[in-house]
Order: sequence, then C-alpha cells, then structure tokens
Amino acid sequence: MITDFIEILVKIAVALGALLGVVAYMTLAERKVSAFIQHRYGPNRVGPWGLLQPVADGLKFLFKEDIVPPHVNRVIYLLAPAAILTPALMTFAVVPFGDTLPLFGRDIRLQIADLNIGILYILALTSLGVYGIALGGWASNNKYSLLGGLRAASQMISYELAMGLSIIGVLMITGSLRLNEVVAGQQQMLWGVVPRWNVLTQPLGCLLFMVAAFAETNRAPFDLPECEQELVAGYHAEYSSMKFAMFFMAEYANMVTSSAVIVTLFFGGWHLPWLIPENATSLGYSLLKIGVFAAKTGFFLFVYLWVRWTLPRFRYDQLMRLGWKVFLPLSLANIVVTGAALAFRG
Amino acid sequence: MVPISHYTILSAVLFAIGVLGVLTRRNVIVIFMSVELMLNAVNLSFVAFAKHYGEATGQVFVFFVMTVAAAEVAVGLAIIIALFRNRETINVEEINLLKW
Amino acid sequence: MATALFYIFAVVAVVSAVKVVLFRNPVYSALSLVMTFFCLAGLFVLLDAYFLSAVMVIVYAGAIMILFLFVIMLLNLGRKEMMDAAVGRFRWLFVLILLGVLLAQVGFVARQAWFSGPGPSTNTALQARNTEYIGELLFTEYLFPFEVASVILTVALVGVVVLVKQEKRRLPEGDQASASD
Repeated sequence: MITDFIEILVKIAVALGALLGVVAYMTLAERKVSAFIQHRYGPNRVGPWGLLQPVADGLKFLFKEDIVPPHVNRVIYLLAPAAILTPALMTFAVVPFGDTLPLFGRDIRLQIADLNIGILYILALTSLGVYGIALGGWASNNKYSLLGGLRAASQMISYELAMGLSIIGVLMITGSLRLNEVVAGQQQMLWGVVPRWNVLTQPLGCLLFMVAAFAETNRAPFDLPECEQELVAGYHAEYSSMKFAMFFMAEYANMVTSSAVIVTLFFGGWHLPWLIPENATSLGYSLLKIGVFAAKTGFFLFVYLWVRWTLPRFRYDQLMRLGWKVFLPLSLANIVVTGAALAFRG
Repeated sequence: MVPISHYTILSAVLFAIGVLGVLTRRNVIVIFMSVELMLNAVNLSFVAFAKHYGEATGQVFVFFVMTVAAAEVAVGLAIIIALFRNRETINVEEINLLKW
Repeated sequence: MATALFYIFAVVAVVSAVKVVLFRNPVYSALSLVMTFFCLAGLFVLLDAYFLSAVMVIVYAGAIMILFLFVIMLLNLGRKEMMDAAVGRFRWLFVLILLGVLLAQVGFVARQAWFSGPGPSTNTALQARNTEYIGELLFTEYLFPFEVASVILTVALVGVVVLVKQEKRRLPEGDQASASD
C-alpha cells in the first residue's frame, strides 16, 4: 500500500518535471525553429546554441515587477492563470508514456492513472481549459481583453466538439476508453507489414483531431485571440511577469499534452513496430519505449511549431465557419462510416 | 461504505438550497442557476439509488436529465438575452407586465 | 477512505451551493456552482458512476456553466447597479420554512426500509464496465428516449437561434449595400 503510494508520487514528480522542463525548452525551440524557417539565427548567446535561454527567461519573469492593476477584479484576476494551468498539467495523468518498467523487483506501469474512462477524462479537462481564458479576459476589466477572452473561449468550445467526435472512431475500433488498450490495440500488424496505427485506420479522424487540437490550444493558424496585431494581445493584455508567464506555460503545456494524446491515440504510443519484439520486458527495452514515445511527441511538437511559422492565421469568422460547418459534419460522417465498416466486418 | 441515507439527505439539502435561491434572489440568472442546482440534487439521488439497487436505469435517467437540462439552459439564456434587450433589466421584480 | 472523501465532497458541495445563493456578484455565483458540480462529479465516482461523472464535468461544468458565464459577461452584470441583494425581509422566514419541510421529509423517509440498510444487490457488471453497460442500455431498451433527446436538442438549437436573432437594420434609401457572406 505504502509502496504503491510512493510509486505514484514518484511517477507524478517525474512526469511533472519532464512536462515543465519540456515546456520551458519549448520557448527556446519555438524561437530556434522560427529562426530556422525565417533564415536567421535564433537566440544563441546565452549558453551554447542558446540552451540556457529558458533559464534566463525564467529568471527575468521571476524578477520582474508584479503589477496588479487597480481596476481589475482581484480574486478572479489572480485565479485565472492557475485555472488555465491546472487542467493543462492534469491531462498528462492518463497518458501512457511507456510500457512497464521492471525496476526494484516490481513492474512499474508507466501511466499515472489508469482510469477506465481515460479518453473522457481528457475531453473533460479540455473543456475546463476554457475557464481560465474567459475569466482572465473578464477580470481585466478592459473591453479588448473581454472580447479577446470571449473569442478564444468560443473558439475553444467550437473545436471541442470536433475533437470529441473525431475520437469516437478510435473508440469504436478499440472497444474501450482506456488509453492503455488504445495503445495495445495498435500493436498488431496490418497485412503483416504495416503496424495497425490508428492514423491508417482512421485518417480523417486523425486529421480532424490534429487540426482541432491546434484550435483548442489557440495555436496558429488559429491564434487570433492572442496575436499581437489584433486586440492588443487579447485576454492577457493586463497581465505581467509571472502570471503572464503562466498563461504561456499553460499554452505550451496544452501543446505538449495534445501532442502526447495524438501520439497515443493515432500513432501507436510508445510502440515501435519493427525494432522491438513483442513482449520485450527488459529494462533496456522499456527505456527504449519511453524514448520512442518522447521522440514521437517531439516530432508533433515540431509540427506545431512548423505550422505556426508557415501558415497565415485565420480570420475569426473563417475559423468559426470551419469549426461548425466543416469539421462537425465531417466528424459525424467519420463516425457513420466507421460504424458501418465495423458492422460490415461483423 | 457510505449508506444511501447520507446521499439522500445530501440531495435533499442541495435541493432545499436551490429552492431557497429561486425564492429569494431577484437576479434572473441566479434564479436559473438555482434551478440547475435543484436538477443536480435530483441527479445525485438517482445515481445513489442506482448503486443501491444495482440498476443501471438510474444512471440512464441522469443522462437524459443532463441532456434536457442542457437544452433548457440554452433556451432559457436565449430568453434572458431577448428580455434584456427589450427591457434593459434582469431584475425579476421589474419584469411584471403580466401582473394584475 | 471512501467515507472521508464523501464527507469532504459533501461539505464542499453544500458550502458552494450556499454561496451560489448568497454571492451578490453573479460571476462568483457561477463559479461556486462550478465547484458544486465538481463535488457532485466526485460523489458520482464514489457511487461507481464513472461515465456520468465525466459527462457531468464535460457537459455541466464545461459547457453549460460557460454558457452562463458568457451571458453574464456579455450583459455586463458585474456592474454595481446590476447587482442586487437578496430579498431582505422575508429571507429568514423562507429559510425556516424550508428547514421545517426538509426535516419533515427526512423524518418521513427515514422510516422507509431502504433508508438504513445495505442495498439488495450489487451489479458488478455495472461497476466494472460502466460505459459499455450504459451504452448497451441506451441503444436497446432506451432507444426511443434517446432519439427523443436528440430531437429536443435540435429543437433547442433552432429555438435559440430564432430567439436571439435581431432584425436586419434597414439601410437608408439609395444606399443598397449588399450584405456579404
């Protein structure tokens, strides 16, 4: 009992530490990738290749003067960054970031919480992420912030629908809501050659989910509510230093979690098809599986950055039109076709 | 193991608080929120009985209650917005055209 | 452990519900109601209704309350002149009457057989495979209510759009600008 408790605490500490570390280095990665795309150097003065830049940025945010403007609603102003960071970090609890790890004489399952409603938990926390933005925009007592906050909130709500519906195809194929079983279901081989990753069995669902995840995390090309040229930085216009940093951390944490969920649901999780034999449970293979998961998640984070610095942003009405008039019917059609195909196969 | 009496009493208390909200507040939106509180108190009761008797019917009914509550909230808030546009108030004591 | 969790959730739910009724600022009321919904979702988990607890958070806390918050924020109800006090004079009378009714109800219900005993049956399939069980029921035995619920949602959708639609403003004569889509 006590060892179980300690195991869970250690897993939480490791996962949170890794998540926050990746979030910090995403700030650097964003600037380096954007520099690479724009044919210039990114930050390269602080440490070799700019690797200490996030440390410098973190220190800057900590030492900056923390201004709370007098015209804001204090309680909700201080609550909003926490309200957006908490669901972003909590979603990682159900993601399996590896198979079992045989350490200290026990098989440690590399997933913090194996809920039997795993996918619904992710959807629930995604819907809670809207609160921080709407409340932050409202508490700032500033009409631009309010409009930016409400725009971001309605954008997130619209794409939540497409996100939820596009995963139903995966649910139908897997037959369970547990993320462990979703990953396990993708380990077989299709036609003996290709792994049965859900991106191959549910291509439309994967595409819809990925684009909806972009819109959910308010990342380009859907970042109208927070871009600099519109709405004077939108819902976080009145925030400074650490609270502003928390909004950004929440956005990057959402990105990391979305990438992890995309990898788990559609790209086989920690599974590497040809190199790792089935039922390999030694320590080396387990660490390799964690590395595979990290590499896949890292690839999708790179896709996030790549898309941001390549595509122009959507106008707000185009964005809403896409969410309601294109994605919703497409995801419903996906459900119908998947259901028909599964019923046909018997 | 928490006996079902605890859940029933909790449901009754929440329902009573909801009724209090409907009767004493003048803000139409807060009245509406109290109605939602009453609905959820009943949901709790249903789920408690579903566990007590081992029947899934209680949980299915809660599912339908949530669906209908969602539809009702949408329509109710639309009515409130239309009301606000016409009368510029959400104080129920001022919305009394049909009063004798 | 389960008992301790029940008491924590129950106390926080009751306190948040009371604050819903007592806060003057409707945004604070809405946030207290969200807290109540979280506690109810926790209680649902204690009652082995896992699917319903997730649906509670997704639908109630994640969509319905956001709708409330939108309306409150757009109608700008946090301003001083919009906030009201509860009806001063009769409030304590209502509280007392309600307490009396509540006690009478509990007194009556406490004499029922089911009130102070364990349940007659435990449905392990319902607990172990909660979502699948409810799904099977919804699509076989309760198929008609399921379809009716979808009609209700469609009617609500159409009704909301009709209710908040504003009439198009007439442009002055000679200035026939066409509305672009």
